[in-house]
Amino acid sequence: MATYRDVAIVLRTHKLGETDRIITMLARGRGKVRAVAKGVRRTKSRFGSRLEPGMLVDLQCYEGRSLDTVTQAELIAPYGDFIARDYAAYTASAAMLETADRLAEEGQAVIQQFNLLAGGLAALAGQAHSPGLILDSYLLRAVAIAGWAPSFESCAGCGAPGPHRAFNLASGGAVCSSCRTPGSGAPRPETFTLLSALLTADWPVADASAPEVRREATGLVAAYVQWHLERGVRSLRLVDRSETV
Amino acid sequence: MYEGVVQDLIDELGRLPGIGPKSAQRIAFHLLAADPADVERLAEVLKVVKAKVRFCERCFNVAEGPECRICADPRRDARLLCVVEEPKDVMAMEKAREFKGRYHVLGGAIDPMEGIGPNDLHVMELLRRLTDENIDEVLIATNPNIRGEATAAYLIRQLRDVGVTVSRLASGLPVGGDLEYADEVTLGRAIEGRKVLQHV
Repeated sequence: MATYRDVAIVLRTHKLGETDRIITMLARGRGKVRAVAKGVRRTKSRFGSRLEPGMLVDLQCYEGRSLDTVTQAELIAPYGDFIARDYAAYTASAAMLETADRLAEEGQAVIQQFNLLAGGLAALAGQAHSPGLILDSYLLRAVAIAGWAPSFESCAGCGAPGPHRAFNLASGGAVCSSCRTPGSGAPRPETFTLLSALLTADWPVADASAPEVRREATGLVAAYVQWHLERGVRSLRLVDRSETV
Repeated sequence: MYEGVVQDLIDELGRLPGIGPKSAQRIAFHLLAADPADVERLAEVLKVVKAKVRFCERCFNVAEGPECRICADPRRDARLLCVVEEPKDVMAMEKAREFKGRYHVLGGAIDPMEGIGPNDLHVMELLRRLTDENIDEVLIATNPNIRGEATAAYLIRQLRDVGVTVSRLASGLPVGGDLEYADEVTLGRAIEGRKVLQHV
C-alpha cells in the first residue's frame, strides 16, 4: 500500500466508531487530506493530542480508496493547545480553519495557503496582535491567494487611483464615483486604511486602529469573504470580539 | 435486500451511531435467533426508557424524575459543583469514587465550526445555580481536548466575578503508562500542573 509523508495542519475532526476519528488536514504538498486516525479517542493514545484542530504535524499516512489512514504524526508546533487557552483566539482560529477547509481542494498543492494559515495560527498562539485583527488579515489574504484579491486603494472597477469613498462587494472593493453602483457602502476613510493594512500585513497601522473602525472593517471582511465563498462561514457568527474591539 | 420487516429492522439498527450495514445485519440475525423472551425484554426496556427517562431539571443529567439521584441525595456536598460536557462524563467521574459533590451537565462543548456557541449549552443555567445555591467551588471537568479546553477558558472568564473558587481537572500521564511513550502535549501539561511535595 502506498504511503506518503507531508507537513499538515489539522483543520477539523469527526468522531468515527468507538475510538477513532476522521481528521481533515491541510497538507502542504497534497492539499486537503482526509484520513482515519485509529484509537485516538482513548486516553492512552499517543496520537490524540497531536491530531487536534490547529496542530502542525509531520504526518505519515497510507492511501486508501476514500479515506487515508494516519500511521504516524509527529508534533511540529502545538498551536491549537496554546490557542484553546484564550477563548477569543479559539473562536478566531475556528473561523480560519473553516475558511481554509472551504478554500482547499484534495490533491492540489497549497503552499501559499498553507504558509498563510500556519503564520496566522502562530500569531494567534503567540498573542502577537488582537485575535480579531489576525483573523481579518488572514481572511483577506486567503481570498486574495484564492484569486479574489480585493482592492482598497485604486478603483476595483476601472483602476483609477484612490482614495475612493465607496465600497462594493461584487466589484471587489473600493470603487470610484463613476463605477459606484446602487447598494455600494460608504465606509470611513480610516476603515479603508485599516483594510489595506490588513491585506498587506502592515501591523503598526492595524494595531493603532480605533475600535469603531475595526468593527466596520470586520463587517466588510466577513461580507467580502462570504460573497466569494458563495455561502456563510459558520464560525464567523461565533467569533468573540468582546475583549478586543 | 431482505424481505419486509427483516430489512426494516436492519435499516433501523443501521441508523444507530457506530453501527454500519454489516453490524446492523449481524445484530438483526442475532435477534431473530434469540429467545423470544429476551427480545421481548429488550423491546420493553426501549419503550420504558423513552417514556420515563428525561433530563434533571437542576443539573441536566439523565433522570427518572424531576431531579437525578445525585441532586436528590442529601449526602452529596452541595458546596462543590463539577461541570462536565455530557451525562456519560458524570458516570466516568462517579466510577472514580473520589468526587463527593454535585454536577452540572453543559450538553456539549463550544464548537464554532459546528455552529455550537455558549448559548447552545447550559451555561446560563450554571450561572443561575451559582447565584441561587450555596456553592463554594466549581470544578471544570470538560474533555482535555481543544474544544473542552476552549469551553473551560470561556467558563473561567464567565466565572471571574462570581466569587467562587474555580478549579480545572488536572491533565497528565495515564496511570500504568511509561514516561518514554508520553506525547509532548500531555507531558507538557503534566509538567505545567506538577505538584510540589516539599518546600525548601
